[in-house]
Amino acid sequence: MTTNIKYTFKDFASDQDVRWCPGCDDYVILRSIQKALPQIGRKKEDIVFISGIGCSSRFPYYMDNYGIHGIHGRAAAIATGTKLANPDLSVWVASGDGDSMAIGGNHFIHAIRRNIDLNYVLFNNEIYGLTKGQFSPTSLLGQKTKSSPYGNVQAPFNPGELAIGAQAKFFARAAGNDAKLQTKLYIEADKHKGLSLVEILQNCVIFNDGAYKDITDKSVKEDAQLVVEHGKPMIFGKNKDKGLVLDGMKLKVVKIGENGITEDDILVHDAKEKDPTLHLALVNLKEPVVMGVIRAVDDKTLEDREAEVTEYAKKVNPIKSFEELLFSGQTYEVK
Amino acid sequence: MSKEALHKNKKQLDHVVIRFVGDSGDGMQLTGTQFSTSAALLGNDIATFPNYPSEIRAPQGSLYGVSGFQVNIGSNEISTPGDDLDLLVAMNPAALKTNIKDLKPGHMVIVDSDAFTRSNLQKAKYDSNPLEDGSLSNYNVVPVPMTSLTREALKDTGLDSKSMTRSKNMFALGMLYWLYSKDPKYTEEFLKKKFKNKPEIVEANIKALKAGYHFADTLELMPTHYVIGPAKKEKGTYRIIMGNQATAWGFMAAAKKAGLDLFLGSYPITPATDILHELAKWRNLDVIAFQAEDEIAGISSAIGASFAGKLAITTTSGPGLALKGEALGLAIMLEIPLVVVDVQRGGPSTGLPTKTEQSDLMQAMYGRNGESPAIVIAAKSPADSYDMAFMAAKLTLEHMTPVILLSDGYIGNGSEPWRIKTLDEMPEIKTYQITEYVEDFHPYKRDPKTLARPWAIPGTPGLEHVIGGLEKDKVEGTVSQDPLNHEEMVKLRAEKVRKVKDFIPPIEAEFDQEGDLLVVGWGGTYGSLKTAVKKYREENPDHKVGLAHFSYINPLPHGVADLFSKYKKIIVPELNMGQFADLLCMNYPQFDYIKYDKVQGLPLSSEELIKEFKKIIKDA
Repeated sequence: MTTNIKYTFKDFASDQDVRWCPGCDDYVILRSIQKALPQIGRKKEDIVFISGIGCSSRFPYYMDNYGIHGIHGRAAAIATGTKLANPDLSVWVASGDGDSMAIGGNHFIHAIRRNIDLNYVLFNNEIYGLTKGQFSPTSLLGQKTKSSPYGNVQAPFNPGELAIGAQAKFFARAAGNDAKLQTKLYIEADKHKGLSLVEILQNCVIFNDGAYKDITDKSVKEDAQLVVEHGKPMIFGKNKDKGLVLDGMKLKVVKIGENGITEDDILVHDAKEKDPTLHLALVNLKEPVVMGVIRAVDDKTLEDREAEVTEYAKKVNPIKSFEELLFSGQTYEVK
Repeated sequence: MSKEALHKNKKQLDHVVIRFVGDSGDGMQLTGTQFSTSAALLGNDIATFPNYPSEIRAPQGSLYGVSGFQVNIGSNEISTPGDDLDLLVAMNPAALKTNIKDLKPGHMVIVDSDAFTRSNLQKAKYDSNPLEDGSLSNYNVVPVPMTSLTREALKDTGLDSKSMTRSKNMFALGMLYWLYSKDPKYTEEFLKKKFKNKPEIVEANIKALKAGYHFADTLELMPTHYVIGPAKKEKGTYRIIMGNQATAWGFMAAAKKAGLDLFLGSYPITPATDILHELAKWRNLDVIAFQAEDEIAGISSAIGASFAGKLAITTTSGPGLALKGEALGLAIMLEIPLVVVDVQRGGPSTGLPTKTEQSDLMQAMYGRNGESPAIVIAAKSPADSYDMAFMAAKLTLEHMTPVILLSDGYIGNGSEPWRIKTLDEMPEIKTYQITEYVEDFHPYKRDPKTLARPWAIPGTPGLEHVIGGLEKDKVEGTVSQDPLNHEEMVKLRAEKVRKVKDFIPPIEAEFDQEGDLLVVGWGGTYGSLKTAVKKYREENPDHKVGLAHFSYINPLPHGVADLFSKYKKIIVPELNMGQFADLLCMNYPQFDYIKYDKVQGLPLSSEELIKEFKKIIKDA
């Protein structure tokens, strides 16, 4: 249900003390969502936050909405039930890299495949924080953690690549310290019908500090990040002079003004293209790391399909009530 | 005696147990269902049980591809599909070999003699033809060339020989209708409806059915036919219902009665999947049946749906209950309504997926981390599954804590006549659901009568709150690690389940109200125990035997100690290693319990029970 009530971010903050470590990017995510919600035009009682287990999953406690702090890995499955039960709700999932892609990997890919209309915020810090520092399914090869003291031997997932492989229709990414972009992406995610996955490159100050510093530090970010927008050329850099072109099947960074390259040569971002080839290339790009809405393809949601089939069943099923069902088929009288 | 007179030789029978067996493609399930349905429509009481192989289409003629359907029909009350057989119908050597041991000596076995070819005998691992080598001399063997007689009868239909052969099950059914003096008209009606777009199939099947009927009429090997009179049953409209179907309908009834939609989150597992199949049909009647990616997602989605205000259930069998354990603990912690149905099968691990057992009782009681009590109840028969599913929903909604409903493969797949119970006959269900703003809302403020908390659902303005798996403050539901609050919450959750005792019927005994022996059972063994006690008392009129059957397991009902003290001995027969007996021992240690355990994937038989009762009473 839409609303005309004018909320501010404070309306979405609960009275609970926020207990993340000082300096954690989770604070930025929390505030960005609280700032996005007044702009999505939903009543606060119609918004539900569901989480699993992990630092990220404390999230619902800090929101003044309905919420469930669930069990490890199952947030997507719980949220699926809530959304199917009441498609009018705006249902959000707050989950981490371990919660979503290790213990909850099955629910993660199936929620994506079904395209159920959830807003899924993936706090990716490439480490297990709440259990104090083991490697996660996104930790880098060779990364030294408490459970990989000689270096991690398990190759990481790229969440965007995994999601698109699982038929994701919406994928966006932002840096954990980029409140402005995050707020924008959360609004986009809510607008998009179907599962909207927003990956946040979230710095864990205690167990994996600096994991993203080469991408997110103020001094480097303009050259290390490309923020894409649908319909606009993919240009980045401090001087807005770098861009992406296709070189055969691969993306290539070029400099505008060099070798006769002009702005017109730069690829224009099409988030709505159904073919995921280019979107996959974008999510996998390392230099620059691509931010913004990378993929936003319209498709039917699970709820749409459920509603259609229910309508069909109502039309074709000759039994119209439970009482009728009880007496349907072969019955007989005992006198 | 003239032929006419001979055929008027009708013999009255009290009940008869028949098993139809053949290849899994021979249509034995349909044959058995038709026979039992006709019998019920003609007034008999019935109980049936299908017996499938776990292979879907095992190689033709093989021993492990045999599919069976057993039916017990009678003019008295029938409580089980029966023990030993009065009649066996075997469509091939493999079916004969795997089932003949269950036929009473001297009784009739009808076989399709056309199927006793060298190749089929080899597949059934017979060294010689049992129809010829005298190995069946203890039985009344009636060999009938059913395949060729069916083909002969259908030769003018224009069907190919494979299609003609497929109708031989109807030929067999026709013979049975004559033998037990049943009118085949209901099967004719059924065939006309089922194949209404394939008139040639209707014609062929009805022809085969009639051919079988007339063949039996003229066959000299069957000098007698039998009559089983109508059973006395409560007045009303009846239908034949399978346990899993009754479970599904019981939940639908409860949802209607409570004014809620029904949500099922489930993952396919034998022998529970039929509940999912049934509920998936009724999305036009406010049922959401969600097939999840796994057992955990099944229960988790149900938790999410319950939070959003649905009557939420999840259905499974033993291995699935193990997988759901953590999420069930969450539901207990959240204190939301949720029903978990466990249609038990033989375990541990994958165990005996298509066979019955009662070995998940302790898992239902204790199979979770922490102090996490659940209400546990059990259905006792196919038709009772309707009432118990309804009751499971009523208890979870009226007490705001999860309920585990135990069924098993035997009653889940079994069927019996059910007097249709409309919504008017079912008790009211009052929920704690809140959908409008209320002053002074505290998510965990309890109703002192039940200790249930309010169920405020998303979308309700002003009642926004977060619930979670972390220990919570006893009133506000916010996270609390306070030691004394935790202890109080643990005790509150336990007390909440204990209080259910005041809302369920006290335990009562059937048959003798005091005396020599009390037979104590729970769940799906009810029919076997009742049949055994009835028979025993008929045979031993001076012995006093009672039967106490428990539908409510956690909490146990009122009146247990009083009742138990009225008998000299107590026996607890179970299809496990004595789990309920152990539970009774914990709760009522002042009594001695004699265990009688069976773990063969098979139901209890009256014969073995009666033998045991005799031994106990003689020793006393």
